[in-house]
Amino acid sequence: MTMDGTEVLKRTVTEDEAAILVGWTAALRDSGSLQSGRIREAELQTQAKAVLGQFRDALAAGGLDADSEGYASLRETLADISRSRAIQGFTPTDTANFVFSLKEPVFEALRRTSAADASALAAGVWAGGKVLDRLGLHTMEVFLASREEVIGRQGQEIAELSTPVVRLWDGILALPLIGTLDSARTGVVMENLLQAIVDEEAEIAIIDITGVPTVDTLVAQHLLKTVAAARLMGADCIVSGIRPQIAQTMVHLGVELNVVSKATLADAFAVALKRTGRKVVRQQTSTEERR
Amino acid sequence: MTVTKAETLPVRSGDDVVRVRQRVRALAIEIGLGLVDQTKIVTAASELARNTLDYGGGGDMRAEIVQAGMRKGLRLTFEDQGPGIADIDQAMTDHYTSGGGLGLGLGGAKRLSNEFHIESTPGAGTRVTIARWK
Repeated sequence: MTMDGTEVLKRTVTEDEAAILVGWTAALRDSGSLQSGRIREAELQTQAKAVLGQFRDALAAGGLDADSEGYASLRETLADISRSRAIQGFTPTDTANFVFSLKEPVFEALRRTSAADASALAAGVWAGGKVLDRLGLHTMEVFLASREEVIGRQGQEIAELSTPVVRLWDGILALPLIGTLDSARTGVVMENLLQAIVDEEAEIAIIDITGVPTVDTLVAQHLLKTVAAARLMGADCIVSGIRPQIAQTMVHLGVELNVVSKATLADAFAVALKRTGRKVVRQQTSTEERR
Repeated sequence: MTVTKAETLPVRSGDDVVRVRQRVRALAIEIGLGLVDQTKIVTAASELARNTLDYGGGGDMRAEIVQAGMRKGLRLTFEDQGPGIADIDQAMTDHYTSGGGLGLGLGGAKRLSNEFHIESTPGAGTRVTIARWK
């Protein structure tokens, strides 16, 4: 006699719900979800109870098809739990285990109710395994999607990190560049710099590339465009922060930066001061005066 | 010559180019390249990855750590299924560009590498292989 696994599972979950819940919360407690202290036991129990109740209803309404309409509210609940897990910093294993640890108490209950009928037990176990696996995967999908969302937002925040133009002295600006210079970012950088040149009536702008990890032809081209635009505005540019390995690489690439360049920002600042007719002098008499 | 480690990275977006650079730098450090050589191979990889993306319409990079006797090296193969290059000599010429770049990428990548090999079939795609030895 072949048994309908869905029927066996439905009957078992409905009749034995209380025992399954007890077994499940015990399993959740043992699995270490609580030990990290990210969630309280009462909260975990409430979630378990809600999920199990909806699972029972979903089995009645949608059978084994976890993607069907009958499972909509259960999927939604699991998605909420997954999302909050992702934000609370749970590991993927912890999150997946929330559903997967339901298997043991369900199988246990199946064994109790269908111990006498081996084919019913097998059918029930198969049905339970199938639907719970699908639900577990669903929680993982939502978990990963939430993580991706977080990563995507961080990426945007990094891209939008403003590139500040710093005023070093009257008429001397510095533009410290950090990270990858792509076309979009160069546009922002150039705009900021040109506006600052107007606002500060700057004569000299120092572009510092100490924080740019790789200078390839695209970065060089962006730099050259920025320098050319600044020149048209009447400001001279100095490129600083060219490290030895970058210098060698640029020579091999064949890129020529037709601008004054210096190894460090300090050197560039000294040049800028000199060009604007200034000089930094150490006060030699200060210590004697104090005596 | 034996390949001791191999991996393939996609080159399908601007972010992938950044990832290629980071991965190549990590592999260059792994085989013990000095800072200058690291920078050279990373820059060459950046040029070729951007070519793959901009002119080849996207493709893959295969990175291999190769060993010949006592020498270790990093070999990178960029492959795309794009329109290909009709005149390779012209493409290799400095300051020649079919796009809007400086026209130094291919020639620069060659000068930054110990080995350079390019093959292209118009209409079928382009494959560029470079290697840097320790």
